[in-house]
Amino acid sequence: MKKQVHIKTIVSQNLQATLKTGGCGECQTSCQSACKTSCTVGNQVCKNN
Amino acid sequence: MRSLDFNNIHKFSQNGLNILLDINSGSIHVIDEITWDFLDVLESVRGDWGQAEKQLALKYTQEEINTVRQELEELINSNLLFTPESDFAIYQPAKNPVVKALCLHVAHDCNLRCGYCFAGTGAFGGSRSLMTESIGKKSIDFLLKASQNRRHVEIDFFGGEPLLNFAVVKELVKYGQEQAQKLDKVIKFTLTTNGVLLNDEIMEFLNENKMSAVLSLDGRPEVNDRMRPFPGGQGSYALIKDKLLNFVESRNHEDYYVRGTYTGFNPDFAQDVKHLADLGFKEISVEPVVTEPTEAYALREEQLPYLKEQYEVLTDYYWQCHQEGRPFNFFHFNVDLTQGPCLPKRLSGCGAGHEYLAVSPEGDLYPCHQFMGKEEYKIGHVSEGIKNKELCRAFQNSHVLHKEECKNCWARFYCSGGCHANNLAYGGSLVKVYKLGCELQRKRLECAIYLQVRRALFPIG
Repeated sequence: MKKQVHIKTIVSQNLQATLKTGGCGECQTSCQSACKTSCTVGNQVCKNN
Repeated sequence: MRSLDFNNIHKFSQNGLNILLDINSGSIHVIDEITWDFLDVLESVRGDWGQAEKQLALKYTQEEINTVRQELEELINSNLLFTPESDFAIYQPAKNPVVKALCLHVAHDCNLRCGYCFAGTGAFGGSRSLMTESIGKKSIDFLLKASQNRRHVEIDFFGGEPLLNFAVVKELVKYGQEQAQKLDKVIKFTLTTNGVLLNDEIMEFLNENKMSAVLSLDGRPEVNDRMRPFPGGQGSYALIKDKLLNFVESRNHEDYYVRGTYTGFNPDFAQDVKHLADLGFKEISVEPVVTEPTEAYALREEQLPYLKEQYEVLTDYYWQCHQEGRPFNFFHFNVDLTQGPCLPKRLSGCGAGHEYLAVSPEGDLYPCHQFMGKEEYKIGHVSEGIKNKELCRAFQNSHVLHKEECKNCWARFYCSGGCHANNLAYGGSLVKVYKLGCELQRKRLECAIYLQVRRALFPIG
């Protein structure tokens, strides 16, 4: 990719690819962490990373 | 060039940083003003590049326009922008659900009388009761079996106040560890407590057994004491604050969250987070109350602009503390942009009703702690497993792809459609959403993403 002047990419990834590769289910249950009233799956961590 | 669906991107600006999110790939970019304008104009002409260029020529040079267009097209061709949605038909919830976490209500009783308690001051609408060791052990047996091939399982000791039944907690931790080891599984325990009964023996036990702790404290003394009094009406702050600080220091500030609730009485909740951070807590979670709109302390629609502003105040304070070398974590700002959860996890959400269940002191199973005691949501019993398979299936299928209002929401893969209990209470259905909660969720996610971007651009230390 050419050097970009107007756009700086901070994160480049393919989240949708994990539809096929993910789903092992070993991660923490989201409500068990600290919330108990609001589901925010995006701030969980993956056990495989 | 494929057609552009503007529902697949989201852009926002905070403290002068223009952030562009490609929703389906999870990619994140920082853009300048001309690129921001380009995208706005492009959207207004429904993705017609030629027309957009004509309009932009009134403000920018042709060279500038060409460069931005080339950069945008390069990202689009690399699937980093306007990435179309995958065929989600391949996502199907498990036919035979795997239960991996239990919320054990070891005590339906409490030594505080918190004004917003969804447990009805501990008893969940029933009589005050404690879980027996026998029911607790059956719960663990059920979890280890129902978790099938999953290696990691979790138990949260919850209430009411679980330390009112500490003798049983101790026995269950020992039993759970022994049984998990036999099956080569890893069992993780959490205890959610108001801290009133914390003493040296209990702290030592929690630390030795590497148990996570969720510690309830709302923030400033007057805020905490208004909602978290003892049965006689006196505030709990003075007693709790030192006990909790002492406890987190005893575990080197590891593996805990101080967890507060903000209500319509303290919409300036950023001051409460600041107070907790200034006291010395390093792991903080402060969340909006969920209750009936008729309650005096309920959050109200008209408070929303102020509440959103508070998340910005908190974001700036968070950044300032990190720069000054006295960092703290705020639970909802912990978004790992590169190594977060996979898409199946993001689609399945919290797992209530199939992966995650709550157990009453009598051993009855409910979809989660929020449904505890609601007869129509009883899903089984620890001695016989999940009996109401239809209800289990209903929870499995209430995922983000089945929620009409989530389909075009940019935050769909971060919040997964929100909390089932909230959705039911406010929307009247598991597949409707709690709109005020959605607004707050989106705001705090923007703040979280902003902080990660800022950290990437301006690393600290």
